[in-house]
Amino acid sequence: MSWLLPLLVALPATGALALAVWPRSSADRLGAMVGVAVAAATFAVSLLVAVLTWGRDGMRLESEAAWIPALDVWWRAGVDGISLPLVLLTTLLSLLCMVALLWERPERVRALVLSLLLLETGVLGTFVVLDLVLFFVFFEVVLIPMWFVIADWGDRHDPAGRRRAATVFLLLTVAGSAVMLVGFLVVHAHTGTFDMVELAERGGLGMSTQVQVLAAAAIGLGLAVKAPMWPLHIWLPDAHGKAPTVGSVLLAGVLLKMGTYGFVRIWVPAVPEGAQALAPYLACLAAVGIVYGSFACLAQSDLKRLVAYSSVGHMGFVLLGIATLTPVGLNGALVANIAHGLITGLLFFLAGALKDRHGSAELTAIGRGLYARSPRLAAVLAVTAMASLGLPGLAGFWGEMLTLLGAFDPAEALPRATFLACMVAGGVGAVLTAAYFLHVVRRLCQGEPETAPAEASTRELATWSPLLVLTVVLGLAPGLLLTITDPAVRLLLGGDG
Amino acid sequence: MSTVQAIDWAATAPLLAVAVTAVVVLVVDAFTHHPRWAGLLSVLGLAVATVSVLPLVGDDRATFCLPDGRGCSFVVDELTIGFWVVVLAGTLLTVMLSAVGAIDDRVPTGEHHFLLLCSAAGALAIAGARDLATLVIALELVSLPAFALVGLKRGDRRSAEAALKFFLVSVVATAVMLYGISLVYGVTGSMHVGGIRAALADGAEPAGVLAIGVVLSLFGLLFKVAAVPLHGWVPDTYVGAPPAVAAYLSVVSKAAGFVALLVLLSRAFGEYGEVWGPILAAVAALTMTVGNVLALRQRHAVRLLAWSSVGQSGFMLAPLAVVADGRAEVSGAAAEAVLAYLLIYSVVNLGAFAVVAAVSRHRPAGAISDYQGLVRRQPWAGVGLAFALLCLAGLPPGIAGLFAKVVVFESVVTGGLGWLAVVMAVNVAIGLAYYVRWMAVVLGPVGEDSASPEVHPAVAAAIGATLVAAIGLSVVPSAVLGLLG
Repeated sequence: MSWLLPLLVALPATGALALAVWPRSSADRLGAMVGVAVAAATFAVSLLVAVLTWGRDGMRLESEAAWIPALDVWWRAGVDGISLPLVLLTTLLSLLCMVALLWERPERVRALVLSLLLLETGVLGTFVVLDLVLFFVFFEVVLIPMWFVIADWGDRHDPAGRRRAATVFLLLTVAGSAVMLVGFLVVHAHTGTFDMVELAERGGLGMSTQVQVLAAAAIGLGLAVKAPMWPLHIWLPDAHGKAPTVGSVLLAGVLLKMGTYGFVRIWVPAVPEGAQALAPYLACLAAVGIVYGSFACLAQSDLKRLVAYSSVGHMGFVLLGIATLTPVGLNGALVANIAHGLITGLLFFLAGALKDRHGSAELTAIGRGLYARSPRLAAVLAVTAMASLGLPGLAGFWGEMLTLLGAFDPAEALPRATFLACMVAGGVGAVLTAAYFLHVVRRLCQGEPETAPAEASTRELATWSPLLVLTVVLGLAPGLLLTITDPAVRLLLGGDG
Repeated sequence: MSTVQAIDWAATAPLLAVAVTAVVVLVVDAFTHHPRWAGLLSVLGLAVATVSVLPLVGDDRATFCLPDGRGCSFVVDELTIGFWVVVLAGTLLTVMLSAVGAIDDRVPTGEHHFLLLCSAAGALAIAGARDLATLVIALELVSLPAFALVGLKRGDRRSAEAALKFFLVSVVATAVMLYGISLVYGVTGSMHVGGIRAALADGAEPAGVLAIGVVLSLFGLLFKVAAVPLHGWVPDTYVGAPPAVAAYLSVVSKAAGFVALLVLLSRAFGEYGEVWGPILAAVAALTMTVGNVLALRQRHAVRLLAWSSVGQSGFMLAPLAVVADGRAEVSGAAAEAVLAYLLIYSVVNLGAFAVVAAVSRHRPAGAISDYQGLVRRQPWAGVGLAFALLCLAGLPPGIAGLFAKVVVFESVVTGGLGWLAVVMAVNVAIGLAYYVRWMAVVLGPVGEDSASPEVHPAVAAAIGATLVAAIGLSVVPSAVLGLLG
């Protein structure tokens, strides 16, 4: 029994609670500072978790306690190579967001920090719990805080639009996760357990193929809304476009990962026959998402929406990797997950910074010539865009390559021709991605400077630099990540990996 | 053989305590001119009733039995006690919301409390009733005072109209129910649930008549729980009545309908599950969908809560559709799901109505926009309402509401009604849309009206009690889950 993971989840929640009861008079001044302190403490705990578990196979730091015996719901938690990188990503991005708020000083910062801390609780909980019902609960925890973040602190020029975006996000996700709950209950009805580890070990034992397909469809639907998978992505462009910078960063950086993480942790091992039956469809939709995201990007004139659509494409790669049901594909998916969190998180920081300077994220409003006007910001933007389009040597490359490699040689039971077609579509998508990011770099960075310079401040650079450094490090040494994901993935897929 | 039945006074004590208090309140009110007495006496009576429940916990009792052992009319078991808790707590909170100065000044206090306690006595009786005649009489004892409660506001035409509408729909539903009961009695020759169950199991003929009788007997109860298509009275009645009465109708009176449905379906009509099971499933799906969709359009607080309570009824009806499942664990879980949902729903719905009662005292128009920034003007009322709405929606941090939904989903899924589970999933999203909209108003910035309304201490206590209970249930949901096991 280890208390580290309960502590990890409880820390941000306690911080949120403290802020809620803090006397109003001083709370707004202290809000951001409390946020930074709590997020830093959480980050420190997650580093401790990493130190204690790095390189060790299997579930670590497990804790277990009965919560609702009547429903067979247990607090079960643990980390392995699949969840650890996501936990670190979450605590890091949360900390950077809090630091960004320290400089930014939005209105009602206390309530915003409170929402972000609740959000962090939900995401961390989702990544460490090993009980299906608890997973569902934490999956839902993030919704209300995120709704407030978008609806209350979103786009200042469009109160009705940001409210609508927040509500569409909320309702689609809730409908999806309620269906996911139905899937979990179907699994429980046939196996008698909500324990993810036990379910993974059983590998679908006790469920007929038909039941597994049904459960996999229901569970997959809920996760696919979150991921998001085309055509369930419709909430995403608006939510990202209207959310404040910190909201977009966390939404893209970690919230989407809850969906893909669920696929890897639950969908693939717990209902394997169902996953096998549905994997070709998932692969096709993922491939459509990759191509669709790229084309949609080409048509965007708003930087934030563009990055949002690029997320649809990137998450398409992740889903394609998962659909291959091979160690290579799943590893690629997990690497792409982390890379997307770092790169897109950074892109949203940059887009937010540009939006603050120009009052709008429209490419025309930002204007040309960033290299001349603000060389440092432009350099970071160019590097990040290159990382996002999958330039070798940066983090974005490895995930996409492994994913396509996985699609080239999917699990034996899967139709290879379909996956080859998906792989080709993915390749085309990757080329289109290159096209639109190069287009953006050309539009924004090059050319004659049009408007007044607005260089990135040292504070901003300090906030962005961890993400930038990690993008380069993971690009040069993907083995760092793969050494811990690979054993966990092979364990998950059983002997046939 | 003696024809005089032995009466177990201890088993009927809670109900008698409430009934006697009702009479005392009326008499005292007639001779004193101090309206506060009614409330204090009511609280006292409910406290006595609660204390008299305690010795009955964990001890199944039956009374008013037929001499030859063919059945008992009044039974106290886990289900009865679980439901008594809802009635007593719900009535107590209603009394708190009815305190002088908290309720509309045009409501005569003594009569109001008298009627309230009479109706509560009926609700207590329903939970123990195990024969059809007792059930109908208890049901009428709940309903008749309720009509008057709704229409008691002096000189308010809307109140009178609401009472009339309520009355007319109720009479029709009761008449149909009585017709159904007469058919059931005619074929089976028994009024007791055990006797009916035995007759049904033996294949009583003519089965067609019996099937019609069974379905029609459910009518009056479906009216009580505001199931579609017998829901039309709900919005107007809730809006016309004082908030305290609307709270009572949406919790105690509705709970009475649910416990009667539970008893009839699981203990008398189980054999005909194929007949009424699909009907109830369809009614549940319709009820939650109609209630939630119509709630979406509401701009009036009580009207919104009225439609939301129709929607919530749908969720409680859903497990009833599988309560006669042949597998014991499925039917048992379904009964538990109904009771757990009912308990949690009662707490949070009363909490929401308590805040509505506090606010509508100062802003009688009752628009949702009156709640703008409530959390800044009246922090506890605002937090109480926001938390209650989250629980009704079933989203964290309203974990209590979330698990209420989880148990219902579980019983429907294990019962094999996958399609109903999907309808429920969609309805969770629809419901959330209006709950979260209202919650955003409550938690949002203060609007033009920045005055902090004074909250009556009794109402404040009611808000606090429900909030504490809701938070408690969110931390320890197991307190109300699996009660009947």
